[in-house]
Order: sequence, then C-alpha cells, then structure tokens
Amino acid sequence: MSDTSEGPSTSDGVGGLTYDKSKRQWPNELNVFAALILIIVIFELLGAIFMQQSLLFDSRDRFDSIFNEARLRIIIIQVAIIGIIAIGVTQVIITAGIDLSSGSVVGATAMIAMSFAQVAQVSGNPNPKAIFGEWALDLPVIVPVFVGLGVGLTAGAINGLLVAYSRIPPFIATLGMMLFARGVAQWWSLGNPVSFPTDAYAVIGSGMNPVFIFLGLAILFHLIMNYTVYGKHTYAIGSNEAAARMSGINVPRHLLLVYMIAGALAGLAAVILTSKNLTAQSGMGLSYELEAIAMAVIGGVSLFGGRGSIIGTGIGALIIGVITSGFTFLRLGAFYQEMVLGMIIVGAVALDQWQQKRAAARA
Amino acid sequence: MSDYILETKGLTKHYGGVHALVDANFTLERGEHVAIMGDNGAGKSTFVRQITGVEQRTRGDVIFDGAPVHFTGPLDAREAGIETVFQTLALADHLNVPDNLFLGREKTKFDWLGPFRILNYKAMRDDTMAGLVKTGVKIPNIKNSIAHMSGGQRQCVAIARTATFASKLTIMDEPTAALGVQETAQVENIIRTLKEQGESLILVSHNMRQVFDLVDRIIVFRRGRMVANLRKEDTNGEDVVSYITGAKTGAEFEGAA
Repeated sequence: MSDTSEGPSTSDGVGGLTYDKSKRQWPNELNVFAALILIIVIFELLGAIFMQQSLLFDSRDRFDSIFNEARLRIIIIQVAIIGIIAIGVTQVIITAGIDLSSGSVVGATAMIAMSFAQVAQVSGNPNPKAIFGEWALDLPVIVPVFVGLGVGLTAGAINGLLVAYSRIPPFIATLGMMLFARGVAQWWSLGNPVSFPTDAYAVIGSGMNPVFIFLGLAILFHLIMNYTVYGKHTYAIGSNEAAARMSGINVPRHLLLVYMIAGALAGLAAVILTSKNLTAQSGMGLSYELEAIAMAVIGGVSLFGGRGSIIGTGIGALIIGVITSGFTFLRLGAFYQEMVLGMIIVGAVALDQWQQKRAAARA
Repeated sequence: MSDYILETKGLTKHYGGVHALVDANFTLERGEHVAIMGDNGAGKSTFVRQITGVEQRTRGDVIFDGAPVHFTGPLDAREAGIETVFQTLALADHLNVPDNLFLGREKTKFDWLGPFRILNYKAMRDDTMAGLVKTGVKIPNIKNSIAHMSGGQRQCVAIARTATFASKLTIMDEPTAALGVQETAQVENIIRTLKEQGESLILVSHNMRQVFDLVDRIIVFRRGRMVANLRKEDTNGEDVVSYITGAKTGAEFEGAA
C-alpha cells in the first residue's frame, strides 16, 4: 500500500477524504423554501397593515387552530392538479428538455376519459351528453382511469419518440403535440362538453383527494429521482448527455421513458380535474403547461438540465399558490398577480444564474 | 498467461485514403508504464482509438490479456478492463463523485424493478473511498457535485475510476493538457501511485519532463508509423525529439517511415 497519508500534495490544502462538513453544499431547496417564507411574511405584513387580518393564521378565532385552515386548503387544492403535471415536467426539464404539451394533453385526455365515465341515467332520463352508446355508460371507474392514463401515456410516448429518436428539439416536438392535442380535444365532441360522470368517478377528485394524490406522487417521485437508477440517469443525461452515452446509458430509451411518465401524469391530472369539475371541456388545461413549468423553475429546476428536484417543484407550487391566494386576500386584481408571477419567474432564473456563476468562480 | 497485457500486430487504420496508422507492432508488459509521443497527427490518438474500440481498425490484431479482442465500442473495452481517461472529461457536472464513478454501471438492489431498481449508495460510496485511497486522490467532500471542483480534482476523479474498477490497463490521453502546474503535479502523483500498485499504463503526452518522470519506455510515432521504442535509461530528451521530428529513426524501424 502506498503512503496515502502523505499522498499527493494537494495544492489548495483541501482536507480529508470524506465528508468535510465545511465543504458541503447548501441544498438549493432551502433557498426556495426561504423564498416561500419571505413571500408569506410579505403577505402577512401587507395583510396586517391593509386588511387588519392574517393570510395563513387564524386571526378571527373562527377555528380552534393556529392556522386559517380554509385558506390553506384552498391554496393547496388549487396547486395540486397542476402540481401533478409539474412532477412530470420537472423530470423532463432535468433531462434538459421541455414539455409544452401537458396542458393540451390534459384537455384531450379530459374529453376522452370522461366519455368512458358517464352515467346512463340523469335524474331518470337518458344521459343527454352521452358520447357513445349504451356500452360506454355506467362502466366501472377503473375504465376511464386507465383510458386517461393510456391517452396521456400515448401522447407522452409520441413526444418521447420524436425527441429521443428523431432528434427533433423538445420545444418543437412538444409544441406540435400541444397544438395537435388541443385539436383532438375540440374534435372529440365537436366542442360540446362531456358531463355527468358516475359517482365512483366523481370521488377521485372530490374534497382533498387531489391533494393526497399530489402528495403521494410527489413523495413517490422524490424517492424515484433520488434512490433509483432511473433518477440518476435522468440527472446524468441533463448534466452531460455525451458523458451519459459514453457511460453506457441508453439515452434515447431513457428519454422515451421520461416523456411517457410526464404524459401519464398529465393524463392522471385530467382524470382528477374532470372528476372534480364533474365535466370535461375542450378548453381544459389551457396554459397549465406554462404554470407547471413556472412551478418547476421557481422551485429551482434549471432549464439547462441536470439540476432541480421534486421537492423544489413542490415548494415552487406552494409559492404560486400563496401568491394567487395572497392577491385575492388583499383584494388585488388578477392582472397584478400575473405581473408579479412573471417577475418572480424571471427573478428566480436570474438568481439561479447568478448563483451558478458565483459557484463556478469559487471552484 | 502471457507476459504482455497488450500486444498489437500490424495494427493499421485508414481514413479513406489517409493512412493514419500503419503496421503498429506494440507490446506492453504487465505493470509497465509506457509513453506514446509524437507530433500532432502522428497517429498517437488514432492508435489509442483502435485499442479502446472507439474506432474499428482497418486490419491487424489486438491481443489483450492473452486473447485476441474485437471491441465494438468503448464500453466493450471498459468491460474487458481497459479504462480510458480522456482529455475532455466525460463527467456529469451535476452529479457527485461516486455517481460519476459508477455512472452506467451502478451498484443496485432489487434489480427486478428494472429502470427503477434501487441504488446501493453505501456500496458505491465505500468503493469510491477505496478507489480514492488507492490513488491518493483527495476530494474535500465526495458528496459534492463535480461542478464545484477544480479541473485538477475533476481529472483526479476521472483517474480514480480506473482504481475503483480494478482495471487491467489504463490509457490516459494527455491527462494534464488542460491543467495548471499544481494540478498537473497532483495527477502525476496519482500516476506514480498506480505504478507502485502494478497498474499497466499507456500515457499519451507532449510533455517531455513528465514522460521522463513517469514512464519506463517511450514509443514515438511519426506520420502514422512507430519510429522508436526506447527504454528511458537509454535515451534523453534530445534523442526523443530527433525521433519525433524525423531526424532519426529507430534501427528496427528502418525503412518504415
């Protein structure tokens, strides 16, 4: 054994071999979390000054709790469905790709899945909105759920095949799917809404179920991204595709899988959305793709690939939820809210760039 | 078992009409460190690319570890035990040290989960540490991403791969070309450590001092042909330069170039 205690003279006096705590990196999610806290504090202050009440805390003793549970519930429910899409979009962005189609895929999947979830009888009369004949009415709930997942998965697979095997840039491939899927949504019932789902189907998106599904999926994919080969390769491809290929990773096959998962999650979001609204309309999911991307970007996912996490995106989703709620709470118009969101997205990316540059300069 | 870890016979590579490598007869003993020198375009990198399977040779034989081999790609060569450290680093910036070392050949549990099989972080970390200790590479915190490391540290990580996977032959293509003085010293120390441990090495380098410091034998290429095979003790810098420039040609290679 060679004399490793002396070892090579390291120029910059770097220390031991293992886990020098002082050299440990600060997890990016903490920055995002700090931003969330800061935004909450700002709204609390504005609320205290202008509204004489609190945004998140129970200031009127309406409930036996510290928090204003009703508002917390609203915040999390309104981000849960797009949050599910954002989980998939996050993975796509980590591979240095982009998915612009998820909103339209929600629209198309909503129409198609709902067509298999309709009841035969609406208050004693035949369902006036029935898309298919008798055979597609009163089906077990598993059918529309699988149809929804299947449609999303198919759309994702087409995206993935285009991106991975034909080398069409992800922006163009998914832009094409965005227009195509929206067209499918409008063609499906020629613009008519599809309504009256079975009771079992309506349960999926009722109450807090979307939130539970969102949290469950977030935890599942957090684990997948951090503890499985799939996650490691997703980061590796986004970080250095050439190195990934040289290391023996089947990059096209992996990309296909990533886009399929993103598509399936969009399909699932459509199922939950239609179940919650008890109807499907061709315009559903409009601009969801951008909100999902915004959640990811605010949550610290780098559009250049290789960096970001599901937890970050989850916090990003909460930031968007708090801002949306906060503006309503302050009785400010939705236009201000969009202006501020726009600034926050640009600010988040600018901050990220600045940090990257600083870190690179330090190394 | 053959004394040679690597042997090439009549190794030749043509790119269309360009004869980039002609009839290279090369041997490398186990544990031996050999340098390959030569001008740009002399055939050094072409030679390496034929051995590592990056390209397919036009003709000739490559005998690795006693058996003729036909690598279909660099992965194939790596599987067989040839680790290559490239000048351009094949590392994923956002991953940490063990992740990079094991990229594409992760240690896993529950393999029936397919792409979702679970990473065995502990085993990979332990092996990484063993590899780093073996090479004497010091990394402040192996859990940090490569992006935050200096060029020298990154190159050290790339080299540590060879030690981690107990390769039979290490090939380094100008490993210090992009590094500063101190970082170069660090990499050279690792190469010495590999020597002490009996690792076989082919070092492609332009740096005369480095070559005389580190290797046992020097091979010179000129215009696609091997023109000299010199033991370090029998030669000096001036001598090597005259082979590189074409002022001299080794007796056994007379008439070759």
